[in-house]
Amino acid sequence: MKEFLTGNEAIARGAYEAGVTFVSAYPGTPSTEILENIAPYKEHVYAEWAPNEKVALEAAIGASIAGARALAAMKHVGVNVAADPLFTYAYTGVNGGLILVSADDPGMHSSQNEQDNRYYAKFSKVAMIEPSDSQEAKDFVKIALEISEKYDTPVLFRVTTRICHSKTLVELGEREEVGIKPYKKDISKYVATPANGRVLHVKVEERLKQLEKFSNETELNKIEWNDKKIGIVTSGIAYQYAKEVFGDTASYLKLGFTHPLPMKKIEEFANEVEVLYVIEELEPYIEEQMKAAGIKCIGKELIPRIGELNPDIIAKAILKEERQTIQYDEAKIVGRPPTLCAGCPHRGFFYMLAKKKNIMITGDIGCYTLGSAEPLSAMDTCICMGASVSAGHGAQKAFEFNGIDKKVVGVIGDSTFFHSGVTGLMDIVYNKGNAVTVILDNRITGMTGHQENPGTGYTLQGDKTHAINIPLLCEAVGIKKENIYIINPLDLDACKKTIDEALDKTEPVVIITEWPCVLKKPSPEDIEKFGNKRTICKVDEEKCKACRICTKTGCPAISFDEKASINEDMCVGCDVCLQACPFDAIEKVGE
Amino acid sequence: MAEVKNILLVGVGGQGIILASKILAQGLISAGYDVKMSEVHGMAQRGGSVTTQVRYGKKVYSPIIGKGQADIIVSFEKMETLRWLDHLKVDGKVVVNDYEIPSAPILIGDAKYPENVIEILKEKADTTIFKAADIAKELGNIKTMNVVMLGALAKAMGLEEVDWGKIVKNNVKEKFVNINIKALNKGMEQVK
Repeated sequence: MKEFLTGNEAIARGAYEAGVTFVSAYPGTPSTEILENIAPYKEHVYAEWAPNEKVALEAAIGASIAGARALAAMKHVGVNVAADPLFTYAYTGVNGGLILVSADDPGMHSSQNEQDNRYYAKFSKVAMIEPSDSQEAKDFVKIALEISEKYDTPVLFRVTTRICHSKTLVELGEREEVGIKPYKKDISKYVATPANGRVLHVKVEERLKQLEKFSNETELNKIEWNDKKIGIVTSGIAYQYAKEVFGDTASYLKLGFTHPLPMKKIEEFANEVEVLYVIEELEPYIEEQMKAAGIKCIGKELIPRIGELNPDIIAKAILKEERQTIQYDEAKIVGRPPTLCAGCPHRGFFYMLAKKKNIMITGDIGCYTLGSAEPLSAMDTCICMGASVSAGHGAQKAFEFNGIDKKVVGVIGDSTFFHSGVTGLMDIVYNKGNAVTVILDNRITGMTGHQENPGTGYTLQGDKTHAINIPLLCEAVGIKKENIYIINPLDLDACKKTIDEALDKTEPVVIITEWPCVLKKPSPEDIEKFGNKRTICKVDEEKCKACRICTKTGCPAISFDEKASINEDMCVGCDVCLQACPFDAIEKVGE
Repeated sequence: MAEVKNILLVGVGGQGIILASKILAQGLISAGYDVKMSEVHGMAQRGGSVTTQVRYGKKVYSPIIGKGQADIIVSFEKMETLRWLDHLKVDGKVVVNDYEIPSAPILIGDAKYPENVIEILKEKADTTIFKAADIAKELGNIKTMNVVMLGALAKAMGLEEVDWGKIVKNNVKEKFVNINIKALNKGMEQVK
């Protein structure tokens, strides 16, 4: 049976078919749907959201040591968080097979950088596999697990946005129950003390030699002979793009197993063709190693190392072909940046926070990053998950130490706080900082499309569970009870009062804004706590003085044409515009 | 690869473009084609520009459509047509929903919605224009706008032989099947 699957759906199916029994991940575009599509195989696979990627990989490592086939998934920047256990698990090796899916984002469709995680395989000395469509994504999961077990190595399963989010036809298979391998206590293997590590490092180097032999022999790295004037070495989605451009007019060495590289096979291929190109997305990962081995090839001289690759770029770079396009005045087109949704609970708080002068707002990764855009402009920085709190602390200390009178406010979401914000808060308390930390608790992981997290009270596979109490957690970390504010972010007066008080304090303060994401299907607990009334706001045109203050809230439901008006299909009656209007020209309907 | 056809669906997050593309792809698969589809995720759910790309033929390699290569652009929102017009073949077709969704810079008064979009399109390409939103509203549910567009696309691409009704049925909730099939037929009627 053939199904039309995204790469993520195919990886999920592959894990199911390959007898995986443990998976863990932290959501991050473009990797999120892998776990969402594994979760329904509840009877066969245990799947969970972890608070962060390090925890996800460590949990998968534990399952692997226990003997289960295990998978951890994350986006490229998540591997930075998980790098610590990765490098050591590369030394100890596995028991049950383990794969780490790294979903890279060339072109930065929804990421803060476009790092090429193939280097992680080389750096950590693990095997790496790169599928080029959904069929391979499914099939390679099984092969990766077999490699993992045979060569006693974790396998980096590297995909990119175009693989994750493109649908191609996939032939499904049956699940193979591989069971759990027996667990045997083995201190010399699994306890990474320096004495054991020195021995293990030698084994790792030996393993790499064996893996290189495998790499030269495996069908994952295959030659397609056509005309030998042009030879192309390529991997991942770049293979599809190259095929699109050259079709049967060139020969290909398609690499599916890319660490260690099959240098012998590459050399053989190189010797047979007249001109050799390396077509790879982002960094010259393959090219560098080929050139270091003395193989003459053309790569980044022509193919850019910035941004997502596509067939046009290849055709233009190598064949000097440029497509004819329709010429028109593109300047006429207005941008369409993503915005905080109508009724987003972050809007009210940001609207009031951004009014404060002489503060620095350190932001974080999540929907609320959109609060940095005009008209709210409620953010000065955004670095990585958790950095709002810790970078905020550093900035506050720097201002104080250098005699500059400026307060710092760090803003972070609930899921991100659990991910890596809480350690920053410990830093503030321990080191006597006094930056203000705002936890924007919208009761869900919003940006990636509503994944449960430790604060929501539900697990990935739908079970009810203990919900972490954020105020108590802050108290346990050392924030005084009187310095913890819990407010409704849609109440502008409460926001203002709380922000003013917090900025006046000399001790660390936490403000927790509690209101569910407007797109979230409310849980029974949400309805009990926040109600479920449907109202909308309307502009009274008589009273509207055309001051445009309501548009400054940045609500996409509000537009202005001589008078303000509110799109009733979008409005959810959050009231923020009503409170912002100085002329009482907005009223509530449907209460 | 001349035998591969390229369809670009463009619009704004929330317009049902992904669902329309899924139905389209399933229809093409049922007709025996190799199909690849690329969709945009993440930030686009927050009111951003959305596009899905569908390629079909005997054998498809790249899941994405390059500049100057789309056989047809089906646009759910007027201005988005312009944003993607450089992807259309010089002799390609455009099917446009005459519908405006102002973006954030327009809402806050930093920019004006571009004028004469339809005139520009007509001048540059073989353009079919209709008001899918009005048709969907008349049918009783503005959300069926996406299936109206799908019907128009199926006609414009000459894909009437596919049993679209059956595929629509498999993809929408039972109580919405009838209205969506009506929407599909209405869409087909819009294209000559």
